[in-house]
Amino acid sequence: MITRFLWQGMGRNLRLFVLLVLAIGIVLPLLNLLMPPASALYVPAWALQLVGKYLCFASLALAVDLVWGYCGILTLGHAAFFALGGYCMGMYLMRQIGSRGVYGNPILPDFMVFLNYKELPWFWHGFDQFWFAAIMVVVVPSLLALALGWFAFRSRVTGVYLSIITQAMTFALLLAFFRNDMGLGGNNGMTDFKDILGFSVQADGTRAVLCFASALVLAIFLVISGAVVGSRFGKALTAVRDAESRMRFLGYRVEGYKLFVFVLSAAMAGVAGALYVPQVGIINPSEFSPGNSIEAVLWVAVGGRGTLIGPVIGAFIVNFGKTWLTGALPEVWLFALGALFIAVTLFLPKGVVGLWAQIRTRGATRKARAPA
Amino acid sequence: MSMTEQRSTSALLYLSGVTVSFDGFKALNNLSLLVEPGEMRAIIGPNGAGKTTMMDVVTGKTRPDEGEVVFDGRADLTKLDEADIATLGIGRKFQKPTVFENHTVRDNLLLALAGLRSWYRLLLATPTKAENDRLDEILSIIRMGPQQHMLGARLSHGQKQWLEIGMLLAQDPKLLLVDEPVAGMTDVETETTAQVLREINRTHSVVVVEHDMSFVRALGVKVTVLHEGSMLAEGSLDQVSADPRVVEVYLGR
Repeated sequence: MITRFLWQGMGRNLRLFVLLVLAIGIVLPLLNLLMPPASALYVPAWALQLVGKYLCFASLALAVDLVWGYCGILTLGHAAFFALGGYCMGMYLMRQIGSRGVYGNPILPDFMVFLNYKELPWFWHGFDQFWFAAIMVVVVPSLLALALGWFAFRSRVTGVYLSIITQAMTFALLLAFFRNDMGLGGNNGMTDFKDILGFSVQADGTRAVLCFASALVLAIFLVISGAVVGSRFGKALTAVRDAESRMRFLGYRVEGYKLFVFVLSAAMAGVAGALYVPQVGIINPSEFSPGNSIEAVLWVAVGGRGTLIGPVIGAFIVNFGKTWLTGALPEVWLFALGALFIAVTLFLPKGVVGLWAQIRTRGATRKARAPA
Repeated sequence: MSMTEQRSTSALLYLSGVTVSFDGFKALNNLSLLVEPGEMRAIIGPNGAGKTTMMDVVTGKTRPDEGEVVFDGRADLTKLDEADIATLGIGRKFQKPTVFENHTVRDNLLLALAGLRSWYRLLLATPTKAENDRLDEILSIIRMGPQQHMLGARLSHGQKQWLEIGMLLAQDPKLLLVDEPVAGMTDVETETTAQVLREINRTHSVVVVEHDMSFVRALGVKVTVLHEGSMLAEGSLDQVSADPRVVEVYLGR
C-alpha cells in the first residue's frame, strides 16, 4: 500500500531526476575518495562540501515549494524550521565533544562552562544519543509548525498576513537564540564539532558520506513529495490553492489539508538543516535571519514554483551564483539577488522549468507547422 | 417552542428571526423564511436587501447574531462551518462560474463528487469503479466527455457553466443555493438556464437569488421579496408585483 502510494506520483521525468540526484550523491564522493588529487577527475573536499550544502538547500527549497507552490501559502519563515533541525543536530555534535573541549568538562559544552552553568539544562538531556537527536530533528520543527499552523489556519489567516506571521516567527526565534541564557550558545552558536557517530567530521570519508546522505534525503523527499502531490490529496491541495472558499463549499475541511503539508514541509526543512550543520561545521542564530527564508522562496521562484524539479534546480543555480559572486565580486551579490528577483517576476513567472516547457512547446508547434 | 419544532420538522430550510449586523448596519433584520422539500424559491430584492448575506448565513460563511437556522428539521446551521454544511447537503453556485482552472474537467467533477473529504483518507484513495462510473455518467449528462481531460482554464464561459452544473450534480445536494445565475447573460442563455434549473428542481430543492425579473417570471415559482434585511412580501410574482410596498421599494418613493 505504501509502495503504491510512493509509486503513484512518479512520472518519468521525476524518476529520471531522482536517479540524477542519487548519481550526483554517489559519483562525486567516490571521485573524491578514489581518485588521486593530481587526476583531472578528482573532486576536491571543498567542492564536495559545497555540493552537500547545495543539496541541503535544495531539500529546503522543495519544502518551501510544497507549501507555497502547491498550497499557496507563501511562507517567509521556513529557514526557521531548517535552523531548528540544525540546532538539534548541533546539540548532538556538542555532546560528542565531551572532555576534548577547551575547558575539558566531560558533560558541559565549553560555552556553558564559560557562562558558569553548574549543570546541563533539562532540554539538553538525551542529545548525547544520536537516535534521540535524530527524532528531535523531525519533532521540534514539526511541533512548531503544528502549533503555528493550527492557530493560523483555523483562524483563516491567509495571504500576506500569514507571510508576515511566518516572518515574525523566524525573527522572534532569531532574537531568542541570540540570548546567552537560552542555553544554546547565544550569538556564537555551536561549533568546533569533533565526531558524528564516532567518525571525525573533518575526515574525507565522513564528508563523502554526509554528501551522499544529503543526496539520498533529497531523493527521498522528491519521492514523498511526488506521491503527496500526485495523490487525490494533491488534487484537493492545488484546488485549495486556486479556490479555497469553493473547496469549503464543496465540504472540504481546508485546515486539515494546509496543516498536513505545512507540518510535512517543516519536518523536511528540519532534516535538511540537520544534514547542513555537520557539513558547514557551525550553527548560529544568523540561520534564523529573515533574509534566509526569503532567499529560499527565491530559489523556488527561480527554479519554478509548483513543480518538484524546479526548486532543486533553482537552489543550485542561485547558490552557485552566490558562491561565485561573493568570491569574485562580493559587493555585487545583493544587487544581483535583487535584480534576479525582479527579472524572475517579470520574465520568468514559471521559473527555469517553465521556460524549458515553453521552449519545448514552441519547438513542437514549429515542428507541427513545418510540413504544412 | 413546540410550534417551532413542528414547523422546523416539515420545512427543509427554516430561518427564524435571523439578524446579522456589520458594524451596526443590519444586513439582515429579524428575517424569517421557510423552504419546503422539493420547492424552488426565488428571492428578489434591491441591492443591499440582504440576499447574499442570507446565502452566507445558510452556508456557514457568516454567523448570525441572533435567530435560528435549521436544515432538514434537525441540523442547527448556526453551529456548523462551511464544510459541515456542505456535507449535510447544501450546495452553492456562485454568480461567476468558479471551476478549478488547473484541474481537468474530470478532476473537477472528482473533487465535487459526494463522499471522501478527509485529507488522510484522500492520501491513499484511488477512484473506485462506482466513482468512475458516476463521473462518466455526469460527463455524458453535461455532454463534456470529449473534453474530460481539458484544463478548466481552457474552457469557454458556457463550458464552465456546464461543468459547474456537473459539479453540482456530482455533489448531489438536497438544497441548492444559486446566486444570480443569469447575470451578464443573453436572453437565450437566460431562458436555457431557467430550463436547466427547473430540471434540477425535479430532484433537488432550489433557492435562487436574482435581480432579473424576466428570469424570475420564466421560473414561475413562489417569490420572496427582501428589503433592508427583512421579508417584505411573499407569493407569486404577480401577487408581489401588485403589492404597493414592493412597487415603492423597486420604483423609489
